[in-house]
Amino acid sequence: MSPELLTGGEAVAHAMRQVDPDVVPVYPITPQTPIIQGFAKFVAEGRAQAELVNVESEHSAMSAAIGSALAGARTMTATSSQGLALMAEVVYIAASMRAPVVMALGNRALSGPINIHCDHSDSMLIRDSGVVQLFAENAQEAYDLTVMAPRVAENPDVLLPVLVCLDGFTITHSAEPVELLADEDVGGFVGAYRIPHSVLDVARPATQGPFAMPDYYYEFRRQQSAALEAALPVIADVAADFERLSGRRYRALEPYRLDDAVRVVVALGSTTGTVKDVVDELRDEGRPVGALKIGSFRPFPAAALREAAADAEAVIVLDRADSPGGAPPLFAETAAALYGSGCDLQGHVYGLGGRDLHPEDVRAIFAGGQPVHVGVRGEPCPV
Amino acid sequence: MARLSTWQELPAGGAVVAAEAEQPHTGGWRTGLRPDVDLSKCINCLLCWLYCPDSAVELDGTAFAGFDYDFCKGCEICAEACPTGAIEMVAE
Repeated sequence: MSPELLTGGEAVAHAMRQVDPDVVPVYPITPQTPIIQGFAKFVAEGRAQAELVNVESEHSAMSAAIGSALAGARTMTATSSQGLALMAEVVYIAASMRAPVVMALGNRALSGPINIHCDHSDSMLIRDSGVVQLFAENAQEAYDLTVMAPRVAENPDVLLPVLVCLDGFTITHSAEPVELLADEDVGGFVGAYRIPHSVLDVARPATQGPFAMPDYYYEFRRQQSAALEAALPVIADVAADFERLSGRRYRALEPYRLDDAVRVVVALGSTTGTVKDVVDELRDEGRPVGALKIGSFRPFPAAALREAAADAEAVIVLDRADSPGGAPPLFAETAAALYGSGCDLQGHVYGLGGRDLHPEDVRAIFAGGQPVHVGVRGEPCPV
Repeated sequence: MARLSTWQELPAGGAVVAAEAEQPHTGGWRTGLRPDVDLSKCINCLLCWLYCPDSAVELDGTAFAGFDYDFCKGCEICAEACPTGAIEMVAE
């Protein structure tokens, strides 16, 4: 098929139409709204069959999603920022009840001050909830990951919510050429929805979400961490199938021009596109630099990162979220993965609340000597 | 005490399949009073069966057949619901 000019939000709406979930409980919030607006239009036109539930909040959206996913209905939803914050309690419960809900997350800064633009603080808020978090670089990836997500979520070794994270506005609202798959190819790729214990299976009734005292709570948490560990090979398998279908390749960790790279930048989301462009420019100038794109933040590809960065002299981590009083999340994760490897590690916070990171900023970061918080006005504190 | 399951043995998410689950005898929580019935007063209206928040009222077909003390918590709802005063709470 020839590419269409679509925003990331529209592309995700198309992916949802093609996956054709049974139930979509959702509450609008900027910058996610175009996703659900586009999908609601498909439902209204009869091009998608889902039961669209106009819930009264994001807390209710995920609550309804758990109910429908465990009743035996493929369920998708979408949110951003404050919506995810309100939903957070139920996100933990969805993961613990092993409800394979697929959710698009239009990444947006958390209040306050109130802001509608991109950073990753919303994703990081639920870092430890037990959900899979895949990050898109552009609209095409947001579409592709949304097609792949149900297969990861519903795999019997995983059975967890999967979030497809796309940078607010930068991806959700920017139009790019996006290549859509044929409807029937997506239908065939995702297949039928199956879970081990369906609430509506009257022949085999089951109680879901039991109370667990100190004698069992820990075992269930351990089981969840095992499910996230199992998601890494499942992502690789699903991506391999998807590559056969689409010709496009996805990895939990995507290396970019790492051959003989001395300085390597690690990043998430749309920024990785900027970083790749700068890597190309610097390579043209003869500088040995490379990039590592984290395609899956949860589960985190720690072993692959350690192997990929083995020969680098310096690894520079770009966090689009801060952790006041501690190490920013991607930096902490990378440092843990590289512990003892001997490479020099630097971390920067950038782009909070939608502040742009320009190619010249990335060049300066590659050159070194930048403060921890890049792109903020004011004299840097001594490091 | 029964051996506790390991995390590998537990069903994903803790789903409890009714037919396969062990049935802990939660009647052990009962607080000192248990329902007792005077069958001469019972009119078999089954309000006790309907109101019981557990499944501690036993039926034989559609006939009242007594209490299952393995699950009765002694909440007294059946005694309150009984329109003929056939159910009385008695000390254990």
